[in-house]
Amino acid sequence: MQKINSTMLIEKAAQLLENGTADRVLGWKKGEFDYDITPAVFNSVDQIKKEFVFGDFCGANLSKYLVKETRKGDGKVAVFLKPCDTYSFNQLLTEKRFDREKVYAVGISCEGMADIFKVKQIAGDGIVSVSSDGENVKVETLYDGEKTIKLSDVIAERCINCKSRKCVAYDELMGEEGEIIDSDRFDMVSKIESMSEDERFGFWQNELSKCIRCNACRNVCPACTCEKCVFDNPDSCAQNKAPADSFEEKMFHIIRAFHVAGRCTDCGECSRVCPQNIPLHLLNRKFIKDIDTFYGEYQAGAQVGSRAPLVDYTEGDIEPGEAVMKGESENA
Amino acid sequence: MQINGEFKPLIVAFCCNWCSYAGADLAGNNRLAYPENVKIIKVPCSCRVNPMFILRAFQRGADGVIICGCHPGDCHYTSGNYYTRRRMSLLFSMLNFLGIEKERTRVEWVSAAEGAKFAATMNEFTEAVAALGENKRLEDLRCKR
Ligand code: SF4
Ligand code: SF4
Ligand code: FES
Repeated sequence: MQKINSTMLIEKAAQLLENGTADRVLGWKKGEFDYDITPAVFNSVDQIKKEFVFGDFCGANLSKYLVKETRKGDGKVAVFLKPCDTYSFNQLLTEKRFDREKVYAVGISCEGMADIFKVKQIAGDGIVSVSSDGENVKVETLYDGEKTIKLSDVIAERCINCKSRKCVAYDELMGEEGEIIDSDRFDMVSKIESMSEDERFGFWQNELSKCIRCNACRNVCPACTCEKCVFDNPDSCAQNKAPADSFEEKMFHIIRAFHVAGRCTDCGECSRVCPQNIPLHLLNRKFIKDIDTFYGEYQAGAQVGSRAPLVDYTEGDIEPGEAVMKGESENA
Repeated sequence: MQINGEFKPLIVAFCCNWCSYAGADLAGNNRLAYPENVKIIKVPCSCRVNPMFILRAFQRGADGVIICGCHPGDCHYTSGNYYTRRRMSLLFSMLNFLGIEKERTRVEWVSAAEGAKFAATMNEFTEAVAALGENKRLEDLRCKR
């Protein structure tokens, strides 16, 4: 099966507008640099032909944009969804965040996206241009000239530990119907669990102190779609831009992760957009792992309408004291 | 909290109106002693306790936080404490994951008839927190006097 490429998607997007299936398309266009591809709404075939791009840096999950875009008119919005994005799509539907009738979803198969942090680690800073042919990534930097890197060396962590290559929601599928994968995504969580308390504290203090409170992780998250966010409340004691005290970092991150616990689909967007490269997904995965061990396996977004674990209970649920011990020892 | 140069843990106890708060009352009526540094905050139901309340208590100088509610099955609002149980299981496990001492947080079910259990729980919890010393890992230096 041929890998999905830009030409195929441009053709499809144009076709959907031309035949009246949708009156606008959610896709990707080039940003400031080659690697910061940005989500965009396309209203005309002309615009699609000029600006639509797709490639190995199109990690952005478009599902969240449906919340606002579907409210803007009566016509349908066409959207391209990678397998992990379809889970977010389902989760948003479960929470009734948009009207399914107003969306035409095109599922696209995916073999993993590139991570610009990994590219920078190998090629160095000052990237002027990047291009990928699906096998090799050509990078041109200000200081070191041109370099060629194997694409497989710069695949994002979330894609290496992908939970599912299967599109779970679509009106039309491009490419192969993938499979749910038994990945090693909890390995790092287990590793941290097996550290000593002091080591864990040190690990997170080190990571979280890098946070500049840009709020990108919150803004990008398809599970974070509240109209009013607790962190915008001046009384929340975590509304500051740069955290003024290490308490604020912890507060922000614990609460951010907690608010999506049970609803986080593990799409990995939070870690992707973090300019400080903080492994936020590990916090989310800790919650997912705990939910799996305490209450049975649950994948948010696998089905529309499933009840999230935190708005559910059974009479025999584990007690918090035991849960903490279990969360520590499980797989340690 | 330092009192006259001696460390006394400050404990914040969230008690639900219908069982645990009445349990605390009963402990008082029966002249059962528990440490004066246990500060009780009455909430309508244990599930009113938002994770933010707990973190803010630590921020403002608490050394330990305990949530008390009706026994599972006895919640005045039928199921509030079942949600409390799930939320706190996950939250406490996360705090532990971040390296924050797990002994500083607890959930205990105390009925209106269990004055003795209330006093015993507070004594025991205060002692456990005292053994840990001051809360350093979730402190906010701006809130220190
Ligand atoms: S918390 Fe992160 S991984 Fe989870 S749904 Fe939000 S962006 Fe995706
Ligand atoms: S994206 Fe990164 S730096 Fe920005 S608020 Fe989130 S964790 Fe902090
Ligand atoms: S009223 Fe006591 S726990 Fe709900």
